[in-house]
Order: sequence, then structure tokens, then C-alpha cells
Amino acid sequence: MAQIIENSSGKGDGKRKAKKHSTAIDMTPMVDLMCLLITFFMLTTAFSKPKVMEIVLPEKEPDTSKAIAPPVDKSRAVTVILGDNDIVYYYEGLAKADSLPSLIKTDFSKDGIRKFLLKRNKPLFDQILEYKEKIKKGELVLPKDSVSSELKKLRNADKVGPIVLIKASENIKYKNFVDIIDEMAITNIARYAVVDLNPLELKMLEAAPK
Amino acid sequence: MSKIKIHNKSPHIDMTPMVDLFALLLTFFMLTTTFRPQEPAIIDTPASISEKQAPDKEILSISIDKVGKVYFNLDNGPDTTTKFRAKVLEKMGEQYKITFTPKQIETFSKLAAFGMPIQYVGKWIDQKDPAGRDKLQKLLQDQKLDGIPTDSIDNQLAWWIYFTRQIDRNIQVGIKADMETDYKVVKKILDILQDKKVNKFNLTTNLEKVEVKVEN
Repeated sequence: MAQIIENSSGKGDGKRKAKKHSTAIDMTPMVDLMCLLITFFMLTTAFSKPKVMEIVLPEKEPDTSKAIAPPVDKSRAVTVILGDNDIVYYYEGLAKADSLPSLIKTDFSKDGIRKFLLKRNKPLFDQILEYKEKIKKGELVLPKDSVSSELKKLRNADKVGPIVLIKASENIKYKNFVDIIDEMAITNIARYAVVDLNPLELKMLEAAPK
Repeated sequence: MSKIKIHNKSPHIDMTPMVDLFALLLTFFMLTTTFRPQEPAIIDTPASISEKQAPDKEILSISIDKVGKVYFNLDNGPDTTTKFRAKVLEKMGEQYKITFTPKQIETFSKLAAFGMPIQYVGKWIDQKDPAGRDKLQKLLQDQKLDGIPTDSIDNQLAWWIYFTRQIDRNIQVGIKADMETDYKVVKKILDILQDKKVNKFNLTTNLEKVEVKVEN
């Protein structure tokens, strides 16, 4: 399809004229090809890398009889129990056989468990918020790595915030588990652990409002 | 009456600027592209606020789909000489008394995630194209043989994890499960991993922004 413009001269004067070729090349096939390639690359490209949430579980004691639960300060202990149908129960303090605390029913919404955890964890949350604000305003200039280690230090220094024990009941979905760990990250809880339900709590769960 | 003159213009358009533009775009895509890995199953991950990016090298990833079938994947390591996939497959072959031909091992190191008992992995490798592999997966699914066995009678997943960790001590573990997967299944996988002394996990999630305000 190369565009050729011929200047045909009708006069037969015997002189041979060099044929004049136009320099314009038809680019249409090239455009077609490139279109195809671009489409291919656009469809196969993975632009955003997947994000991950990090979680560290306590090491398992192979001999269960030896495993001793670390002592948790009664005033700081908060137990969150994940129930069926996206329900979250929680109670403060520790459960004793003679005086079972009643479970408070809530959910994963903005005013649910998050509100309670924020209230309990206010000192640390404010501290971290203030720290982040300072960095944003430019009052503190730190390389990115040391920001996270500084935040870690703040978390480790926390002496009053709640210690959250997360317990999952039998039939919950994986989403609930991720959601509750995510709530810990949102509310900047310094200490939390994923543990199994104990018999007392099973009993409490039965009596809990559905 | 004056006649309207119609100019006899050539219908050809100069394509050169368009070619320039396309060449630019093409170069951009070719340079930035990282090919989307082939997914063994459709997994709709839950959302979280975490902004940490998934590591792209030295990761052992376990995918769990909606119904709780387990898929396993690992990469070849930091460079082409490490060949982790090939080594792990050889070890698995030794463990289960299955011999893989050098060609099979070579092909395996180029493939991605799989979810089937080790007895069928050879067959899976021998398929000529992805469509054949899908078909095999479908066939296994019909016989209820898909997914890597995780039960205590024949815990193949534990062996895969064990050999992978033996070959690469620094490998990180990623878990990708569907929102609707039962927590019980995930818990079982976590238990298997903890038995193999893995205590740190990366859970794949979608990024979701959350605004938090403290009330006074």
C-alpha cells in the first residue's frame, strides 16, 4: 500500500526521466501491529503488587501439659470472642468459674468493637497519632525505616493499654479473623494474641445474647 | 451559477505521529510490565489497612479457596542458580518414591501454583499447555482429588513446607485465603505451619483506607 505518486509524462521526447517516488510510507500496518502489542501488554500487566498483612503467632509448646499461659494483668485484659454471623463479643477482665462476666455483643462496624478498643487504648493511640502528625508537618525528619522502629518502641513502652486476647469460635469465616487483626492495627493495640477458647468462655458464649 | 468545486484530496492520513505515540506507549508497557501470575483458583481476599507490599522473591505461598482446597506455590529463589522449585520437587519425589525425569523437573521449575496430590503432579507437568492443566484440575475436582492433602493420614502439605524450608531457610510464608473460607481450615494450615516452626505469616489482603477519629 506504499503510496506512490507517479508523474507520468505523456510526451515521448525520448528522454528518460527518473521516476519520482514519494517518500511517504503508509504506516497503517505498523499502527495495527502496535495496537495489538499494546493491548497485549495492557491486559497482562499486573500493576499493583498485592498487599500483605503481617501476623506473628506465639510459638507452640509441643507438650501441652507444659504450656502455661503467660499471666495477664486483670485490669488490662480484654477478651474478644468472634461469634457466628459477624458478631463480636467482648468482656473486660478475666473469667473466673464463680463469677462469670457477661459478654457484651457488638460488631465490626465503625461504632462497634473499634469504638471500645479506641477508648481503652486512647493514651497510646493519641501518642502515635501525635507522632505521625509531627512527621507529616515536617517537625520530625526521619528515614522511613526508623519511623516504623520508633512506632514499635512506642508500642513496646505501652504500660496501660489493653492486652487483647482474640478467640475464635467454631464456625467463623476467615474474613472475621482478618477483620479483627485489622482492628488491632487500626486502633494501634500494642499487645494482642490469638488463643483458643477455654471451657468457661464456651459456657459464656452459650448464655450470650444472639 | 457558480459551481462548487470539490477538491480532490487524497484520503490518506499521515500515521507517523500515531506511530510515535504507540511506540512510546509500547515501550512504557514493555519496561514496566511484570506478568500477572496465573492463579490456580479465584480467591477474593479480605480487606485490611496494611500497606506492606508482598515480597516477590523467596516466598512460599499457600492459597486456600472458598471451599477449603489448598494450593501451593514457591518461587525459584533470588536468582536463576538457586533453582528452589526443582530441588523441592526432587526431595518430594524421594519422599514419596516417585521419580521425576530431568525434563519434568525442568518444566516444573517454570510453572506456578498447583493443587493436587503429589501422585498427580507428574501428570500435571506433562500437560502441554495451561488449558490441559485446567482440564486435569477439573478432572481431579470431579473425583474429589484436587487440593493438596492436609489430613493427618497423608499430610503432603507438611512435607512440602518441610522440604522448602530445608532448602531455603529464609523463605517467608504467605497465606492467601478467600473471605468466605472457614476459619477452621485456615487454622489447620496455621497449625501445620507452626508445627514446622513457622510463626510469622503474611496474609494477602486488599488495601482499604479507614478513617479513625478519637472521641473525647
